[in-house]
Amino acid sequence: MISYQLASTIRLGVKSLLLHKLRSALTMLGIIFGVCSVIAMLAIGEGASYEAQEAIKKLGSNNILLRSVKPPEQARQQGGGGGGGGGGPRGMQLKYGLTYQDGSRLQTTIPGVKRVLPMRIIRENVRFDRNEVPCQVIGTLPFYPEVAGAAIVRGRFLAHIDEVHQDNVCIITTGLARRLFPHQDPLEHSVKIDAFYYRVVGVLQERSQPEQRSQSGKMEGQPLDNNVYIPLGASRTRFGEVLIRRAAGSFEAEEVQLHQITVQMENTAAVETADPQIKTLLDKFHDQQDFEIIVPLQLLRQAEQTKRIFNIVLGSIAAISLLVGGIGIMNIMLATVTERTREIGVRRALGAKRRDITRQFLVETVVLSVGGGLIGVVVGVLTPIVVSQLTTMKTIVTVWSVLLAFGISGAVGIVFGLYPAKAAARLDPIDALRHE
Amino acid sequence: MPRPSAIIRIEGVKKRYVLGGENEVLALRHVDLAVEAGTYLAIMGPSGSGKSTMLNILGCLDRPSAGSYWLGGEDVSRMPDDQLSEARGRKIGFIFQSYNLIAQLTVLENIQVPLLYQGKDVRLFHDRCLDLARLVGLGDRLGHRPNQLSGGQQQRVAIARSLVNDPLMLLADEPTGNLDSRTGTEVLDLIDRLNQAGKTIILVTHDERVAARAHRVVHMKDGVIDREVVNRPPPAPSR
Repeated sequence: MISYQLASTIRLGVKSLLLHKLRSALTMLGIIFGVCSVIAMLAIGEGASYEAQEAIKKLGSNNILLRSVKPPEQARQQGGGGGGGGGGPRGMQLKYGLTYQDGSRLQTTIPGVKRVLPMRIIRENVRFDRNEVPCQVIGTLPFYPEVAGAAIVRGRFLAHIDEVHQDNVCIITTGLARRLFPHQDPLEHSVKIDAFYYRVVGVLQERSQPEQRSQSGKMEGQPLDNNVYIPLGASRTRFGEVLIRRAAGSFEAEEVQLHQITVQMENTAAVETADPQIKTLLDKFHDQQDFEIIVPLQLLRQAEQTKRIFNIVLGSIAAISLLVGGIGIMNIMLATVTERTREIGVRRALGAKRRDITRQFLVETVVLSVGGGLIGVVVGVLTPIVVSQLTTMKTIVTVWSVLLAFGISGAVGIVFGLYPAKAAARLDPIDALRHE
Repeated sequence: MPRPSAIIRIEGVKKRYVLGGENEVLALRHVDLAVEAGTYLAIMGPSGSGKSTMLNILGCLDRPSAGSYWLGGEDVSRMPDDQLSEARGRKIGFIFQSYNLIAQLTVLENIQVPLLYQGKDVRLFHDRCLDLARLVGLGDRLGHRPNQLSGGQQQRVAIARSLVNDPLMLLADEPTGNLDSRTGTEVLDLIDRLNQAGKTIILVTHDERVAARAHRVVHMKDGVIDREVVNRPPPAPSR
């Protein structure tokens, strides 16, 4: 009975709105834009933060990354040329960064550490036949794939025996395999790095390239997945501790034992506690700031925080447009009430109670706003698709943003419809009947 | 207590309007009136005589400042707004000078409107609405909108609408005021027929010829009933 009455009230509302098609359509437009912008903006925001979060997640949320960083003061001295008279016996040679000892200290002192993965990262050209590709030669230990989340596609990764023998074996990434061996199976071929040959024993699929994230712009323009993995011991003996880089008549020598240490923790809870402990420990043995600590978990948290703020800002902008739409609705409904004063009087004379009149106009407003909301949802879901087609931006339309926008449009109808509806119901039937 | 046969009994009704500040207007000074069921009563009077105020009170659109108004055995003079709306819809059928049909509804839907406000399921009363439409001679115009009908047709729809809840009385306010004399006569003939079928009619007019059709004519002046003329005796109470 109640639902039947409501249905007939809704039918009546639609009928009244259709009486002024243009007016109703223009009024709806405000809500359509509002709902559409809520959904579209949240979709774009969601998409942007999703990409950032994925990148961070790839670093591993259980991991803590330590990287060697060239200390800023020394870098400046070197840039000034000569570095002064008291330069010491090593002259231009710069010594900084993480050490093997840091690795073993971390392993033994920090509670909750599962594994410590040291890495030496050296940029060198890798050659096979007539192909030459600039690469990162990464000296590391056999458990690299487990820590970095990489997968062996062919062959094997480094083995313990390779480390003991300091064998000249290497594993190359899929991308590099494609470039060096366009027509051949890379396994069991030897590639030349610097002055030595290394036998390819496996092909690795990287989950991500965390190594590319550091060291400012040096790596720009280089393909991201050209990595060669060799035993850490081999890296140490073949390349030595001192790395010399020559460029246009000047040369630069630096002594870096380890470029990166990835500390894998037992669980995410251990990551939280270990972060300050690691910093304290390393600070004790480093008298200069030559390393950085990257906690992917924290970055993830920050990204989520940023996303939240982003969403609030975008959401507020969209909410304001919904508010404007709501005010537009209220304005039109107030005009409608004035215009239909006489109808209100007639209905009251025919037995309508105040609440019947309130309901009639409220339903009409809600029909208007929910109708606009529905159209807005459709347009709002389509807009991000178009945006990601036209630009490279990733967009994600979440269910909750659609529900939110739709819910708000309904709420706007009720909130902004209530006043005109009440105003209609408050009219004195005698005055209303006499209204021309 | 009013006699059961008197469906309307007004006793000592006063109506005062406050026009802001100290200014007061006494629109009705003191009115007593009893109307038996089946009576055709006309109310006449010059403007400012309290005729409209009387109509508003009779129609339960307004409440008297003093005195009491018994409508069908119920004192409606002190009713709260909601109950008054209820009584209005159930007991009174309004016929207005300017028809006052609802523009966005069809003939049939206009006839159904009073049912809606009594909480009745319109579908159950479909046959009744059709009968009423036929009674007023518009059985073939059910889907038309008011702006597709002539004035006389619109007024006949309004009469059908006023009857749909089977009210105690019809309250007509200058029902022929906007009609030419021929269609006006048709409408008045229809009202006559309803009265002959037993409906109580109260009709406000300033047209002597219209008033001549009534059993009783009440003349108002300065907020009181000045005189009453009985054209012909109202039918004897059936109960």
